[in-house]
Amino acid sequence: MNIAVCVKQVPDSWAEKKMNGGVLDRQGVDAVLNDLDEYAVEEALRIVEAHGGNGEGGANTITVISMGPERTADAVRKALSMGADAAIIVTDAALAGSDALATSKVLAKVIEGGKFDLVICGTESTDARMSVVPAMIAQRLAWAQLTFAGSVVVDAGAVTITRVTEAGVDTMKAQFPAVISVVEKINEPRYPSFKGIMAAKKKPVEIKDLASLGIDASQVGTAGAWSTVVDATPRPPKAAGIKIVDDGNGGKALVDFLVVKKFL
Amino acid sequence: MSEVFVLAQFVGDKVAKTTGELATCGARIGDVTAIVLAAPGKGAALASQVTSGRIAKVVVIESADFDKFGVSASAAVLAHIVGEHKPAALLITSSAFGKELAGCIAVLTDSGLITDAVDVSSELVATQIVFGGSSTVHSRVSHGSAIITLRPNSVTPDLEKSSPEILNVSVAVGESAKHAEVISSQPPVAEGRPELTEAQIIVSGGRGTNGDFGPVETFADLLGAAVGASRAATDAGWYPHSHQVGQTGKTVSPQLYVACGISGAIQHRAGMQTSKTIVVINKDPEAPIFELADFGVVGDLFSVLPQASEGVKAHKS
Ligand SMILES: Cc1cc2nc3c(=O)[nH]c(=O)nc-3n(C[C@H](O)[C@H](O)[C@H](O)COP(=O)(O)OP(=O)(O)OC[C@H]3O[C@@H](n4cnc5c(N)ncnc54)[C@H](O)[C@@H]3O)c2cc1C
Ligand SMILES: Nc1ncnc2c1ncn2[C@@H]1O[C@H](COP(=O)(O)O)[C@@H](O)[C@H]1O
Repeated sequence: MNIAVCVKQVPDSWAEKKMNGGVLDRQGVDAVLNDLDEYAVEEALRIVEAHGGNGEGGANTITVISMGPERTADAVRKALSMGADAAIIVTDAALAGSDALATSKVLAKVIEGGKFDLVICGTESTDARMSVVPAMIAQRLAWAQLTFAGSVVVDAGAVTITRVTEAGVDTMKAQFPAVISVVEKINEPRYPSFKGIMAAKKKPVEIKDLASLGIDASQVGTAGAWSTVVDATPRPPKAAGIKIVDDGNGGKALVDFLVVKKFL
Repeated sequence: MSEVFVLAQFVGDKVAKTTGELATCGARIGDVTAIVLAAPGKGAALASQVTSGRIAKVVVIESADFDKFGVSASAAVLAHIVGEHKPAALLITSSAFGKELAGCIAVLTDSGLITDAVDVSSELVATQIVFGGSSTVHSRVSHGSAIITLRPNSVTPDLEKSSPEILNVSVAVGESAKHAEVISSQPPVAEGRPELTEAQIIVSGGRGTNGDFGPVETFADLLGAAVGASRAATDAGWYPHSHQVGQTGKTVSPQLYVACGISGAIQHRAGMQTSKTIVVINKDPEAPIFELADFGVVGDLFSVLPQASEGVKAHKS
């Protein structure tokens, strides 16, 4: 079984984010592996561990795929140190400002170039917060789409998931190949071990640019984006509210506030 | 005038309030056609409820494949009619399903996509609030039909009623949309409280409830509110996951959000910070959630909430 895991490098969730000319300023903040993608890496590891492993002589491979600037390699390294086998990074100056359509186009192209049975993604990147890239990849490849998985079971070339969303819980099944996204309740991602960190340094990382994928630069980046930012403005910080310490009448004061605000 | 498609949304057999919100935005842009995707035999009953706002036409498409093949089947059918009619825009409610659907349709019709808009102008400029509520972004689609998902509860629906013409259309779902099959479905349990994303008021509890949501529910019911929970509370099994508010739960923007025993981690804020008014009850004066509070009480929720509930009862009588 060959599994691809799509991971994205994102600004640290805790860092203050700033816009610069309509795009996120990624320079000034620490970049980390999108924490929701750690669950995708972990799930891939658990699937292969249940099916003979991916160690030397194991029948399975896990390839990490990421599109982003050069320093994306740091996030990819973390996935490798958790236990993935190899990585493909797509990096190209022309990719800056890509929308989800372009991102999914590039990722689908990389996936097409390998012999993957499963692609596993996180449900959302913590910066873009669109939750659309996995569905778009599935659509582009015309593969089965099994997203928002709260559990994944792989058996004899078929995969069954429970899809957990606000619309309830569905059980879905498909034959390989399939694109899966996993929710954060699915597992507890492992910490890379010292051995894992050392081993990751020797794992193959292939760097690709657009030309090597046969994608024209005009189809991606700001040039190929089919939505354009008209303007982006910081919102005024919220005016400081009222803060009281409960002296035995806190509940009453709260009700008075609701009355003044016409909620009652 | 240009044509705008909106995807009608239903909760069970009832039309969702968000359908009216989509129609309201749509009517600013052009003539609204509401699309109803239904199981065989169910279309007429659903379509007859799509009357809120200025809606010119309702197009009903029935197929057993919508329930059987999930997002892919709906996407294939919607992409087909978007390709045929080339509307100025297709508006869909933001939800896990709605966003994925929008993404697939954008791919299939080669159209630009904007998700989680809080408003759409007559000029088709979408407003989004991004980066933890710190920036407002206006953007527009520059290619194809504008595929836009709109956050529930962001737009005041036009209450004017229309009596649109109802058309039945048949569109077959192609084989490539049938790779993943839904084997069984469990809808969320209805509890008689308003739906979280539609509610005007939400009262949420976190780890501070210590597993006892009683005071939170009592206060919520007195206000006609929905009940939300932090991940700490859903992970502990104190409240169902479907009630989780936050990055990996629901994004809500009610008129009033009352956070009880919730510290205000960045992932929780991601789901509630666009709420219009925020009230906080927390015994730790340093809890970061106070930064968002319009009204905060530093105190024990087990004494503040019951007293507030009594106060609401007294006010009502
Ligand atoms: C990938 C990922 C995704 C996540 N997604 C979400 C998400 O969608 N939603 C979410 O909420 N979190 C999410 N989290 C978790 C988030 O980081 C926090 O851990 C969580 O929100 C904490 O919940 P809490 O505020 O209830 O608990 P705590 O942080 O433990 O806070 C409890 C608060 O209750 C107060 N308190 C205690 N007793 C009382 C009392 N008697 N009266 C009044 N106050 C009291 C305490 O002072 C404290 O401030 C996510 C985390 C990760 C890593
Ligand atoms: N640039 C990228 N490189 C690799 N994977 C990505 C990238 N962007 C998004 N993804 C994957 O798609 C998921 C959803 O992202 P999004 O649709 O941006 O919220 C992420 O959790 C990743 O698994």
